[in-house]
Amino acid sequence: MATKPIKDRKFDTQVQYLKYKVLREVARYAFEDRLMDAYTEIPKLIVKEKPTMRCCIYKERAIVGERIRMALGGDKENPNVIEVIDIACDECPMSGYNVSDACRGCIAHRCEDACRVGAITFDEHLHAHIDKSKCVECGQCAKVCPYSAIVNQKRPCENACKIKAISMDENGAASIDNETCISCGACVYQCPFGAIVDKSFILDVVDLIKKSNHNEDYKLYAVVAPSISSQFSYAKLGQVITGIQELGFFHVVEAALGADMVAYAEAAELAEKGFLTSSCCPAFVDYIEKQYPQLKEHISHNLSPAATIAKYIKETTPGAKVVFIGPCTAKKMEFQKEKVRPYIDSVITFEELQALFDSRDIDLKSLEEGVLDNASYYGRIFARSGGLADAVKQALKEQGLDQSFELKAISCDGIEACRMALLKASKNVLPANFIEGMACIGGCIGGAGCLTHGDKNKADVDKYGREAMEKTISDAIGMLQK
Amino acid sequence: MKVTICIGSSCHLKGSRQIVEQLQYLVKENHLEDKVELGGTFCMGNCVNGVNVTLDDKLYSLSPETTKDFFDNEILSKVQ
Repeated sequence: MATKPIKDRKFDTQVQYLKYKVLREVARYAFEDRLMDAYTEIPKLIVKEKPTMRCCIYKERAIVGERIRMALGGDKENPNVIEVIDIACDECPMSGYNVSDACRGCIAHRCEDACRVGAITFDEHLHAHIDKSKCVECGQCAKVCPYSAIVNQKRPCENACKIKAISMDENGAASIDNETCISCGACVYQCPFGAIVDKSFILDVVDLIKKSNHNEDYKLYAVVAPSISSQFSYAKLGQVITGIQELGFFHVVEAALGADMVAYAEAAELAEKGFLTSSCCPAFVDYIEKQYPQLKEHISHNLSPAATIAKYIKETTPGAKVVFIGPCTAKKMEFQKEKVRPYIDSVITFEELQALFDSRDIDLKSLEEGVLDNASYYGRIFARSGGLADAVKQALKEQGLDQSFELKAISCDGIEACRMALLKASKNVLPANFIEGMACIGGCIGGAGCLTHGDKNKADVDKYGREAMEKTISDAIGMLQK
Repeated sequence: MKVTICIGSSCHLKGSRQIVEQLQYLVKENHLEDKVELGGTFCMGNCVNGVNVTLDDKLYSLSPETTKDFFDNEILSKVQ
């Protein structure tokens, strides 16, 4: 199969494509009221006569069956939105440090000298071997090998999970510790077999669309995250907006306007309290609550931008329903929280939005361009690392608080960077008074629910920011009734 | 009376913020805060004719330039 030109490519990987196909068909069956047939028909639609991914079509179809289950909402008993499909897990070797074929059987044997526990032995060809009963996985042998012949074999899921929420169960399959997991989705995006999946709420969204009775019985709003500017790159943003309305949404509103509202309120809260962490990223908030409960009181009391604008919509439009569409799997946890549930009715990712479009055969490229313009530059750049801190700085200035309060912000992207800052803050040695925490690398544009991830995404967000009609936060939120 | 201004994207681009600000100013200047309730809503489903404003459920099409007249003729004259 020829590789598609980059601008027409909808996904980064074939795993995402497979997941999308299942979501698309499930949505199609739901729209057509044929869900009863989903389990019997969809696996055969997707896995034809010959296996292309696994040992046989029966296993492939069984795994598609599991993907259908996830598309239908997954295990209702499991509170986490991230789940392992155990039969899809390839039980990758995770033997740690191993000697590869690149070992030349040299005579220097630096590996042997570097090993402090005497775990290295040699065969008759002088090739090194590691005695796993002695090895402590320190990695010294790998460092000194002149051929880089000793490699550390770690599972991609465990490697992706920097907070160590993934381990191996008794059968060798990946297992997620819900007490530690922050639902960021890093493992979902990284598992090469697509064995870790975020539960979908597309059925709820199809239901919300249908029951709105063409927005006669209630108005259905889509709140879209600003990272949408880096997505659907094969079409224009205006066409994506029209596409969302074609799906049956009454209107599309920028979550970025909620970000403007949050930045304004957060700046005032920060100036008053003197030290704060952001509350926009649900995975970051969850991480603080689980690992640094002593810092919990310093989390900004603002709702996230999505919840803030959803609240505004519901207060100004009685009966309205709101679906958040974004790059984030952790948002699927956030909207179920007691304080957010009244405002956001459901959450889907950009991946799932693509599936919904195609389930209705909506061809974005053939649509008229709609408009999307609610927020300021500052609200829009929340989508990339550093944007939130820039917005808070601006909001301090616009409220005249920059005279009495000096902002020292640290922008952390990726949960490891967040951990470093939080660790220092917990010991009172962080040289900053505001932590912008984003669990994904690069910020929301690195979210697991994005269709594509690339170097251009940050530039796309900045361009989208500059295109906003309102140039200041005060102007953007000025039209909202207090 | 309740005045609702559309603040959806299309009306926003046509100047709904300026209309909101003018009305806020005029209401305050005429001390009508108790009598006139201003509100916003995202989209009235009539984007072509924006900026859409409703006064007690009657729909008007305004621009920043016609807002003062609207206030004088439809609000001020009726409220007093």
